[in-house]
Amino acid sequence: MVANHDIDLVVRRGTVHAIVGENGAGKSTLMNTLYGMHKPDEGEVLIDGEPVVMHSPSDAIARGVGMVHQHFMLANNLTVLENVILGQEPTSGWRIDFDAARAQIDEIGQRYGLDVDPDELLEDLGVGDRQRVEILKVLYRGAKTLILDEPTSVLVPQEVDDLFDALRELKQQGLTVIFISHKLDEVLSVADTITVIRAGTTVATVDPAEVTARQLAELMVGSELPSPETRESTVTDVPVLTVEHLSLAGPGERLLLDDISFTIHQGEVLGIAGVEGNGQVELVETIMGMRTASDGRVLFDDTDVTHWSTRRRREEGMGYIPEDRTRHGLLLEAPLWENRMLGHQTTPPNAKGALIDRRGARADTERIVREYDVRTPGIEVLASSLSGGNQQKLIVGREMSGDPKVLVAAHPTRGVDVGAQAAIWDLLKDARAKGLGVLLISADLDELIGLSDSLRVLLRGRLVASADPATVTPEQLGSAMTGVGGEAA
Amino acid sequence: MRRFLLAVAAPVLAIVFSLALVSVILVISGHPPFGVFRDMVNYGFQPRSQVLTLNLATTYYLSALAVAIGFRMNLFNIGVDGQYRLAAMIAAAFAGSVVLPAPFGQIVTIAIAMVVGAMWAGIAGLLKVTRGVSEVISTIMLNFIATGVVAYLLTPGRLAVSVQGSNNIGTKPIPASGQVPGISLLPGTTQQVYGLILLAVVMGVGYWFLLGRTRFGFDLRATGRSEPAAVASGVNVKRMVLVSMLLSGAVAGLVGIPQLLGASYTYSLDFPAGLGFTGIAIALLGRNNPIGIAFGALLWAFLDTSRQILDLGGVSKEIVTIMQGVIVLAVVIAYELVRRYGLAQQQREVGRRLAAEESAAAAAGVAA
Repeated sequence: MVANHDIDLVVRRGTVHAIVGENGAGKSTLMNTLYGMHKPDEGEVLIDGEPVVMHSPSDAIARGVGMVHQHFMLANNLTVLENVILGQEPTSGWRIDFDAARAQIDEIGQRYGLDVDPDELLEDLGVGDRQRVEILKVLYRGAKTLILDEPTSVLVPQEVDDLFDALRELKQQGLTVIFISHKLDEVLSVADTITVIRAGTTVATVDPAEVTARQLAELMVGSELPSPETRESTVTDVPVLTVEHLSLAGPGERLLLDDISFTIHQGEVLGIAGVEGNGQVELVETIMGMRTASDGRVLFDDTDVTHWSTRRRREEGMGYIPEDRTRHGLLLEAPLWENRMLGHQTTPPNAKGALIDRRGARADTERIVREYDVRTPGIEVLASSLSGGNQQKLIVGREMSGDPKVLVAAHPTRGVDVGAQAAIWDLLKDARAKGLGVLLISADLDELIGLSDSLRVLLRGRLVASADPATVTPEQLGSAMTGVGGEAA
Repeated sequence: MRRFLLAVAAPVLAIVFSLALVSVILVISGHPPFGVFRDMVNYGFQPRSQVLTLNLATTYYLSALAVAIGFRMNLFNIGVDGQYRLAAMIAAAFAGSVVLPAPFGQIVTIAIAMVVGAMWAGIAGLLKVTRGVSEVISTIMLNFIATGVVAYLLTPGRLAVSVQGSNNIGTKPIPASGQVPGISLLPGTTQQVYGLILLAVVMGVGYWFLLGRTRFGFDLRATGRSEPAAVASGVNVKRMVLVSMLLSGAVAGLVGIPQLLGASYTYSLDFPAGLGFTGIAIALLGRNNPIGIAFGALLWAFLDTSRQILDLGGVSKEIVTIMQGVIVLAVVIAYELVRRYGLAQQQREVGRRLAAEESAAAAAGVAA
């Protein structure tokens, strides 16, 4: 694997060391190597000056290296205590010694200022608390060096501040934190040292006091920092997607979606802000026809499409960029050209009558690879062989083909490098100028504010606030998302 | 080319491994393995044995195709066994009692078998889409029910008559005008190959075309690879489940037909049973690929034919059953290993190619 070559990285004890780079630059590979999930082909890893060979994560843990994954690996139906000790239960005789565990967890929590009630059920916790549980879990296993993989991608600004306070506390106590991110402002505010990775190689190690975000971005890509800012409004008064009093029943008493109404016009981007898990997935899937609304209507171009199938909606011009590309957007073990057909398998250039048009699909895949800069050696490779960013570019290219009238885009640039992000933003802006209506869901508040013509806040399945992207700040939006700030701007 | 080698590597490894294991067993039980294998090969390649192998393979092929349709969409149709027995019995009763001019009789008989098979499998499909019942459970249950239904209908006074000169009972013999004549394919034997071997070929081509070339097949394969992705792409998964169960059942209905119209002409108590389970093994071995399944069916049929010689040498015939079992187990493991190896290999390759392009671009940049 040449995902990484010539990495030189020196992390001093008791510091927060940030690693930044485009997605696909090799950050994750590097971290997996440090965490024992890959073995390096060349070179060595030294801990406290001693060369070590790690064959598995348990070797890494034994040497005091712990990892907090981007996606939490926690069991919802267990308590905090049970989650923390899972796999490493203290025993007295043949039973689990919960008292000893509780004492130890309390001790760790107090020492590092990680305040979580050990008896709370995990499913009752918010995202920020869950992350603290993940960190507790790693500390409980005796980690002296913590690797945090994109820890802020799921947090709202206030929670990010809390996390950073916790990281500073860890640092004070002499622990080492390796912090992976591509959010440059955050990196600048929390890191003591920043190492930039590009194309699998360390290109620079810098002091945050001496660089600006722009300089960092240039180091990362060698080009200027893209901005999601849209220039002039292209909003018309022709509605393309109208949602009226949409509700979706859940398994319990509570509605997953509760009386949602909005209108998207031609040339308009409507942004939905919200902490993940507040109904975004349900909203998108109901609009795409994958879930059946329990109440309300969806109008597409004045036509009531509430009872249309997903296929019909897509055929009539509703594009869809799903939130989880590997689950909903791709067939990982199919070649790229079959993935280009996915979701468009009934329309040209992918189909001729009841037959699929292999030649047409292949030719159009070549075009997407070219126009959207999908980095791949060919269109016969399997989708799983591409990096996340390149997979996403393929999906965006596919959904923009065939000129959709509405695009439902959930996290369109998640996990995409800065260059590709700029390209996707430009595409969305161009399409918007040509009259595309976009429903944009994103956890990246800068993206949301920059691209949207109007903003709504989704909280517990309700649209609780609206905001003007021209004036609102990420902090105000963050307050509204957690329901503490009431009306935003 | 490498892809082809990777695809062939797994079954070859599995067969070699099972030969090795069976050799060990033979040595332990005091038989020279090479002698035994030589006898099997010699016997198996006699013209008469070859015809029997082809006939058996025809049946196995249809059964494995029926299973493979389900597999391609992650449906486990274990009920092929019940589907073909019920279908063959009812088709036999029809063909024995209604005389139509050839070829209409044969066509209608085949159509009835397909419809009965499809309906029996469709019960499992309906239960799955309406009540969420696992098709694994329901098709196993339906096998037992099919056994009961066949036993009930196959009694004198209902659909059965006694077979002359024995205490066997079966459906009324199919008259000559309703039979499908055999083909004298190989010289040196009077044994004929089932005429309906052509039906198996047609079904294989149809399977390839349907899955690889039609929108329906794309939807089916997409659903099998990732149901959430298929749903997001607009596939109506419930309808796919039902339709593919019906298709699988329709093909399953054909399993007994070559034998029925080409050799036995009646569905009697000794009509071959258990072919549905053989089909599962062969579909696994052939990796749901129409050509792969053909090779699998031929191999299986060859082993089943050539095992007949073993008794003469005092070797237990069950040694072949062990061999078949080991092949299936080994091939499942080998395919998974080869699949992972192939994926890792390709990721490495893609990484290398891109890095090469990158450094070439960088070099060009420096030069400029």
